[in-house]
Amino acid sequence: MELNAAQKNNIVVLAPRGRIDHLNADAFGKAVAPHVEACNKDGPRLLFDLSSLEYISSAGLRILMLASKRAIPAGGRIGVAAPTALVREILEISRFDLVFPVFDTVNAGLASFADPAAGH
Amino acid sequence: MRARFWGTRGSLPVALTAAEVKHKVAQALLLAGGRSFKDQAEAETYAATLPFTTAQTFGGNTSCVELELQPPGKDAHEYILCDAGSGLRPFGNAVLARHGPKTPNVFHIFMSHPHWDHIMGFPFFTPAYIPGNRLRIYGCHSGLEEAFRRQQAPPSFPVDFDYLGADIEFIQLEPGQRYDIAGLRVTPKLQLHGGDSYGYRFERQGKVVVYSTDSEHKLDSAEETESFVRFFFGADLVIFDAMYSLADAVSVKEDWGHSSNMVGVELCQLAGARHLVLFHHEPVFKDAKIAEIEAETRRLEALTRQDAPQLTISAAYDGLEIDL
Repeated sequence: MELNAAQKNNIVVLAPRGRIDHLNADAFGKAVAPHVEACNKDGPRLLFDLSSLEYISSAGLRILMLASKRAIPAGGRIGVAAPTALVREILEISRFDLVFPVFDTVNAGLASFADPAAGH
Repeated sequence: MRARFWGTRGSLPVALTAAEVKHKVAQALLLAGGRSFKDQAEAETYAATLPFTTAQTFGGNTSCVELELQPPGKDAHEYILCDAGSGLRPFGNAVLARHGPKTPNVFHIFMSHPHWDHIMGFPFFTPAYIPGNRLRIYGCHSGLEEAFRRQQAPPSFPVDFDYLGADIEFIQLEPGQRYDIAGLRVTPKLQLHGGDSYGYRFERQGKVVVYSTDSEHKLDSAEETESFVRFFFGADLVIFDAMYSLADAVSVKEDWGHSSNMVGVELCQLAGARHLVLFHHEPVFKDAKIAEIEAETRRLEALTRQDAPQLTISAAYDGLEIDL
């Protein structure tokens, strides 16, 4: 699993690549932690670009849940974008599609997060 | 070996309401499309072709699963059970119907934990009242006997535990130890649940059944995951606590002591298990919801199977029988 980070205006896009399972979920959590820490009402919004994520297990989804539980009460915003068909189904079956917004494309996520009217 | 499910619901027994029964009957009539049936048997044959949620129900008794090593006849028999939820009552009635009250039987009951939904069937287990029967109740909790006695103490129940006529013995087991009991190799395992719970791995003649209910998986430790993979390894049947969605289990219901269908699939796939049974259903879930979860779980298994053999997925229901 690799994690690429890029900042676009006030939005940090994190793009994991490969597979996230119980063996590397901890490393994934450590890699995203600084970005989650900074995601609050004054910090950048956080968008996970899942277009290169082949698979995510329950342990990986737990990391996204922890990120959501930390950032949202602090006023931050978190979403995921462009999941592959497989990952989208995993998000739906696990009900994680009810936890944070799932955007069809990264651009749709960027547009939504850039819109100040969208609020929190 | 055969697994027979007498109680499959979590936390609290539930029953179909009159409105729900009416809804099912109306669905069946619509699907029949005006067909007529000459007798009950022909109608029941037709009913067996209908969707499960139309013609049947997942049922509402709390945890009780029978492991049958050999089919019982009318002679005395050794019965093996996991947990004493409200499903124990119909099990006891079936035993009496088979043997009558005068045949002395032996009942081996393996207890996951003494929470109420797992012991509530015991005061209504008629064989416990009959002298000559022998009950062996196994568990890893030191206070197991006290929990059974307390639920029959005044003012909670009219018949005190001491009035039960059967020969009843509580036997404490140690997690991680292997035991030979009633023809089975039995290994208990500590699980994460309020007040602790214990799963059981049962082995006999190359067949393996794992009973793992009321078990939360925190997903924050690869070692913890690997320990359950070893516990489930090569199992022919894994009876698994799938009470919540994963999202609920790691958020609003974190630390409630239960798990999800997704974790069940992952552990069984890693362990090379053959059949996953979703168990301990959330009591607020209606039949349609449980059927939806079962279908989604089968889809998840297919999506994530890769080159491994298929893992069979079933949602447990009261009356389900699985032959191994």
